[in-house]
Amino acid sequence: MPGWTRHEGRALPLPLENVDTDQLIPARFMSAPRSAGYGGFLLHDLRYDSEGALRPDFPLNRPEAAGASVLIARRNFGGGSSREAAVYALVDAGFRAVIAPSFGDIFSSNAVNNGLLPARLPAEAVEALLEAAPLELAVDLDAGTITGEGQAHRFELDPVWRLKLVNGWDDIDLTAAHDEAISAFATRRRAARPWLWLATP
Amino acid sequence: MNGPLTLFDRLWSAHEILRRDDGASLLWVDRHYVHEGSHHAFARLAARGMALAHPALTVGVADHYVPTRGREAADADIARMIRTLEDNATARGFRLFGQHDPRQGIVHVVGPEQGLTLPGMLVVCGDSHTATHGALGAYAFGIGATEVAHVLATQTIWQRKPRRMGLSVEGRTGPAGGANDIPLNSIARLGADGGRGHAIEYAGAAVRALSVEGRLTLCNLSIEGGARSGLIAPDETLLNWLRGRPFAPDGAAWDRAAAEWLTLASDRDAAFDREEGLDAAESAPGVTWGTSPEDALPITGTLPDPERAATASDAARIRAALDYMGLRAGQRLEDVAVDQIFIGSCTNARIEDLRSAAAVLSGRRARVPGLVSPGSALVKAQAEQEGLDRIFVAAGLEWAGSGCSMCVGMNGDIVPPGNRCASTTNRNFRGRQGPGSRTHLMSPAMAAAAAVTGRLADVRPLLSGRDV
Repeated sequence: MPGWTRHEGRALPLPLENVDTDQLIPARFMSAPRSAGYGGFLLHDLRYDSEGALRPDFPLNRPEAAGASVLIARRNFGGGSSREAAVYALVDAGFRAVIAPSFGDIFSSNAVNNGLLPARLPAEAVEALLEAAPLELAVDLDAGTITGEGQAHRFELDPVWRLKLVNGWDDIDLTAAHDEAISAFATRRRAARPWLWLATP
Repeated sequence: MNGPLTLFDRLWSAHEILRRDDGASLLWVDRHYVHEGSHHAFARLAARGMALAHPALTVGVADHYVPTRGREAADADIARMIRTLEDNATARGFRLFGQHDPRQGIVHVVGPEQGLTLPGMLVVCGDSHTATHGALGAYAFGIGATEVAHVLATQTIWQRKPRRMGLSVEGRTGPAGGANDIPLNSIARLGADGGRGHAIEYAGAAVRALSVEGRLTLCNLSIEGGARSGLIAPDETLLNWLRGRPFAPDGAAWDRAAAEWLTLASDRDAAFDREEGLDAAESAPGVTWGTSPEDALPITGTLPDPERAATASDAARIRAALDYMGLRAGQRLEDVAVDQIFIGSCTNARIEDLRSAAAVLSGRRARVPGLVSPGSALVKAQAEQEGLDRIFVAAGLEWAGSGCSMCVGMNGDIVPPGNRCASTTNRNFRGRQGPGSRTHLMSPAMAAAAAVTGRLADVRPLLSGRDV
């Protein structure tokens, strides 16, 4: 995952609360390998009606959605299931940031692990952006700002997550540096609590 | 660490290998459960040419895609998911409770049932309902595929310490709503994101009075309130439940472990970052009406009116939920007819859950069809030994095998579009039980009441004079 510091792109409004991960990607699509591309699954059952036809008035289906890379939504975006496929669907559809007043905790971790920024803004700021959207926005990770077309907001972001997004770090590489500490911990734990280890089959 | 500690502080520090200057801690993972849906993580590991760091701490359970009606997977794609897990278990050398294992079931039922989850453990799984295992005094939370790959490769996970919430529940839950009503109540009050960023410790008289099965239900629903983990301090009730389980220690090791487990508690004067309280006895059994678990009301309630919502955003949400659910503002919940019921899932498919549904259904006929899927093959065997299966079948319900089944619909057990299902599951999200499905969450006894009345119903009159 390549890192990024500043992103400029078109922001779309999705004025809904509780957009859970079951909506971001319905369960029936999750057996596909990632190489198949998950973008087409994004918000599938909101984008299409029960007959499989596109709902033309849904924000992601409108002409101005083409090329959009920032999504603006209401509270509790990405709550529910831990499915990382919800993030794959957003990323594969071209999104680099989601702006909302709150996010599901597991979704947020998954997002950062895939280079997608979950940007938390106060509800009033989100409402202002929803009102103005679609619009062109610049997201700056170092400055912690979202600006454009008369809008200027600061978002909260865990410093660890900022570093991961900026550097595109993979945790497995970072953890390798601590091999010795991990081994020593495992040895102590196993000696003190041998019942935690199962006989391997 | 100095000063009084919470249970969560104790579990956290026992697993902290190191803490970086930026505040991220590297935590040791005692038990890692994987399932068919973990295929992305195994693919990631394979792409990097990495092995499992500790196959002896990894356990596979086939649950998300397994068939519950007959032995054949619904289609080739679903069969491939089950087979991929089997192939990974063989190639990677970890223990698997596969589709045909007599101990197979839902991972969050099987883990505690087998004694694979124990107090004091740090437990992770690529499934948000991993919070369930906190009922055993473990720090347990759901993770995503990237994190699953990291745990497979290193047996560790990076985390920033969550804030601590103490949720004290006084009073006593009745047989009608059971443990399910505590979280339905608290989520309705605090919101589906009310627990965000927190680990919740449940305490108080009502929690201590719960059976372990009830505690598993309670902790399971932590994530529906936004908390990645929920936990309960171990006590004698738990030790009695765990003793003799296949993977629990025995003999001198049990004595040593049990003594340690009883020290896993919050100090009397320990401070939480946030404290909340609830009275379990204060309302009628709960059901959800909308498309988020926070849309819960007592069964005696009426549906909200978007015109009276506090904000435009609330009004839009209520209107959209009523519209999707095919309901009207001001309608009485008890007037809502259902098309089918489902009793199952990691929330409510343990033996006590089946007993409480059977107590309502005994000698009665269901007016609508329904599926009963026990949480594990062992729960199924126990229920059959007790004759519960005959009660369900005599009532006209289908007695199925164990798995995630109609809670998530991945194995093909789905609610048809537009159908309304009274369900003992954990998510009433749009389309959760199948495209266009309409889900009302409730306890097993309440789902049984919906079956016999054909509508959302208060189970209490149906329990009158019955031994529950």
